[in-house]
Amino acid sequence: MIEIQEVTKSYGGTAVVDRVSLTLPSGGLTSIIGPNGAGKSTLLSIVSRLMPMDTGKVLVDGLDVSRAAGDVLARRLSIMRQDNHITARLSVRDLVAFGRYPYSKGRLTAADAEHIDRSIAYLGLEPYQNRFLDELSGGQRQRAFIAMVLCQDTDYMLFDEPLNNLDIKHAVETMKLLRRLADDFAKTVVVVLHDINFASAYSDRIVAMQGGRLAFEGPPQDMIVPSRLQAIFDVDCRVHAVGDTRLVNYFD
Amino acid sequence: MQADAKRISPSTVLFASAALALLSMIAFMTIGAKGSWSFILSFRGTKLIGMVLVAYAIAVSTVLFQTISGNRVLTPSIIGFDAMYTLLQTVMVFFLGAAGAASVNPQLQFVLETAVMVGLSLLLFRALFSGGSRSLHLLMLVGVILGGLFRSLSSFLQRVLDPNDFIVLQDRLFASFNSIDANLLGIAATATLAVTFVLWRLSPTFDVLSLGREAAIGLGVDHQRVVTLLLALIAVLVSVSTALVGPVTFFGLLVASLAWQLTPTASHRFVLPVAVCIAIATLVGGQVMLERLFSFNTALSIVIEFFGGLVFIFLLIRGSAR
Repeated sequence: MIEIQEVTKSYGGTAVVDRVSLTLPSGGLTSIIGPNGAGKSTLLSIVSRLMPMDTGKVLVDGLDVSRAAGDVLARRLSIMRQDNHITARLSVRDLVAFGRYPYSKGRLTAADAEHIDRSIAYLGLEPYQNRFLDELSGGQRQRAFIAMVLCQDTDYMLFDEPLNNLDIKHAVETMKLLRRLADDFAKTVVVVLHDINFASAYSDRIVAMQGGRLAFEGPPQDMIVPSRLQAIFDVDCRVHAVGDTRLVNYFD
Repeated sequence: MQADAKRISPSTVLFASAALALLSMIAFMTIGAKGSWSFILSFRGTKLIGMVLVAYAIAVSTVLFQTISGNRVLTPSIIGFDAMYTLLQTVMVFFLGAAGAASVNPQLQFVLETAVMVGLSLLLFRALFSGGSRSLHLLMLVGVILGGLFRSLSSFLQRVLDPNDFIVLQDRLFASFNSIDANLLGIAATATLAVTFVLWRLSPTFDVLSLGREAAIGLGVDHQRVVTLLLALIAVLVSVSTALVGPVTFFGLLVASLAWQLTPTASHRFVLPVAVCIAIATLVGGQVMLERLFSFNTALSIVIEFFGGLVFIFLLIRGSAR
């Protein structure tokens, strides 16, 4: 369980995250949606202790993220960020192997190698595993970073806009993969998404943020309704039910 | 290029550079040796140990500085370490006079200089590292400005200095491998050894640090603690090299770039020793060339920068072509 208690973060008097309290139960896939500048990524960075908060507290399974030892937390919670710029010239396999660092501190065991192989295979990266990152397409790079998070094998996995740079095929595959992580491996997956339809189709819960505050939260059928979307994104839209999925049409 | 990377293994590069370093050391000790070996051993040996220490300190400090700053063109001199050293020397000669400065116990002077430099780097870091990824760049920027301040203070003091004192000072400020202070070797070696021990303990984090701050924290590295510690250790290493030979700016960049370019992996397990070996080979090999080819008619830094620069340009061209 991730408990976010009254978390505030401000830059020069402007609160980017404003007294947000939220509890994310273990298991399932939670999407965080909201317009640009709503504080989604900042909240994710605070939860994953990449960014200190001004006030408030975040507990992951009862561990206070601002106090817990770095490596203990790194075996519980992993994060994939939006911009992954790396100066070092790494091969895909090197990168994925870093996911084992919290366990083996750089000395890879046979079990680690197995994890690495499995993660690479899971994302279909075997043909590229010895290529350097700068020789890959944007989508392949993105998948390499997802494989690294997968390799870290934590109960909680946070993804900041993992669908950036991906074409439809890979975006759908990625969301299905995240779905499988939640369903088959009982991971708790939290994803920041821009595309409401992806959130609607693949989430168990949707959390909506606006202006640094928590606007709404609930299951997709409660969240994907025109009145709420209008309030969150300030666009007119219609919602169509296609099978079990509710799809949003905002092209007017 | 891929075939290239597969053909040359990192161990081969390490072995080759180690062989080169060893060869240059043997050449330095034996070429043109005449007369009593006990004299040659102690005379050339002292010089050799000094050069190896300097090579080690510069190579390691530059590579690690580039790792924590995530930038391959920076050297520790960017945060004003060299300028600080120059200022310290200038202030000392200014207030004590040339004779007074010469009479200061060199060991004591070394300890004081190191303390000041470590203190400065920690102060800079503590004051600025309040979280956020821009902090390291802010640190660099403040370092650049402080470096400018130190440099202008030095040049001001040098302008009002007695001309005789100024000549003594100038001699101290030019990097020279012929005047390695033997009194300092013991303490410099001890400091380097102590630093190496701590670095060894920290070494598993180096590769993770090169992924950047966020990724390193995500993988459980206490980024702020490790980076603070590394900066302090880098300050000690820079002090070792400047105290022994004076400020050498281009050399570190050259050696680190060569090591990154030549080693087919980004793993510090290979890059660091390769950088050290290249540094030893360049420094000692350059000194041999200086002594035997040019019979001391030029400065080692000129030899190194000329040949090193050529190799560097060659590597860059090859790198862009592939």
